[in-house]
Amino acid sequence: MSPVPITTEPVKTFKINGQDVSARETESILQAARAHNIDIPTLCHLEGLSSTGACRLCMVEIKGSNKLFPACVTRVQEGIEVMTHSERLVKYRRMLMELIFSERNHVCAVCVVNGHCELQSTAQKLGMDHVRYPYLNPQLEVDASHERYAVDHNRCILCTRCVRVCDEIETAHTWDVMGRGIGSKVITDFNQPWGESETCTRCGKCVNVCPTGALFEKGKSVAEMAKQRQFLPYLVSRREAMIE
Amino acid sequence: MSERNKPRFATLWLDGCSGCHMSFLDMDEWLLDLAGQVEVVYSPLVDTKAFPENVDITLIEGGVASHEDIEKLLKIRARTKTLIAFGDCAVTANVPAMRNPFGLEAVMKQVYLDSDAIQPQVPNLIVPQLLDRVVPVHRIVKVDVYIPGCPPSARTIKAVVGELLAGRQPDVMALTRFGA
Repeated sequence: MSPVPITTEPVKTFKINGQDVSARETESILQAARAHNIDIPTLCHLEGLSSTGACRLCMVEIKGSNKLFPACVTRVQEGIEVMTHSERLVKYRRMLMELIFSERNHVCAVCVVNGHCELQSTAQKLGMDHVRYPYLNPQLEVDASHERYAVDHNRCILCTRCVRVCDEIETAHTWDVMGRGIGSKVITDFNQPWGESETCTRCGKCVNVCPTGALFEKGKSVAEMAKQRQFLPYLVSRREAMIE
Repeated sequence: MSERNKPRFATLWLDGCSGCHMSFLDMDEWLLDLAGQVEVVYSPLVDTKAFPENVDITLIEGGVASHEDIEKLLKIRARTKTLIAFGDCAVTANVPAMRNPFGLEAVMKQVYLDSDAIQPQVPNLIVPQLLDRVVPVHRIVKVDVYIPGCPPSARTIKAVVGELLAGRQPDVMALTRFGA
């Protein structure tokens, strides 16, 4: 048996909120922060899936730049000084949450994931006690054509976790996004009813990674649906083990 | 302390289910403490007909759904020092606003004309005229304190009102959330 080679991936040393931290050079600022118990709020990010920077909640400041950087898709660099909770960032995160809530019809009181929702708990964590923008109240559909699951577009925040888990883990790529900007929506196959999808394997991974009540199991009533995500780290680690 | 020196306290509901007021009553024995600390000058729970002047704290339950609601709110705001949006309907318009995506006309038609009524007609006499969209209280008047929750728990209401009466600013989001 040959000895296992020791990989020596370069390490970068830098600061987050004045604290000295180090991370492998392929790691993101978000990964480095979380490894050092520094909390950066996220909604679209989910460990085990690729990062996409869709929700913008993880924006951080880097000293010397006026730009904001999404921590989930920004790699660590030697010597940078990252700020995660400046006054500007706290203000922008609260604005982002309010814009998400104003864009569709989020009614926590009658939602299937009330009490188990990442959007709801993140709003509370960020101190959002009301929404300053007018609610748009768009008329959006509920597709309940699937035998086991349903999608309520009123509750979708376009995080694309469903798209990524279906593509990257289940490799069915049933889900995708159509349209642009505020008119975007997640679709199954070629915008066909979910129940008629020929690619959907009925695995339910999309339902369980969804951070809100947009994707849910049929037969669950208000507050009855808690998402089960144990499968994700398990499948990812098994796959990594097979590749090695 | 004489009635004269006590903070003047009011509550009312607009487009809501009265659940927040039920939660208020759930404060049980603390209601006796509260009754000792404030003078309740207006509420669905008492018999005063007109909203009085010089109110210190007003709890408003419910979303704003009619022209009458707007008139009430403007009067109450002008007469209240600390206005509290009390519960999810007041804070977000919540369940009453679920009619918004469909438009008022379609909703009235569905409820009053397309149902199996003996004499199908949209009510337009005496009853307040509805707004096209139900909106949160803060879209109409300035709100000083927001208490999310459907309904906010009795413990939350007690903590918030208690802090305000003690002259402190409550940390509401540490106590409750939307849909709580």
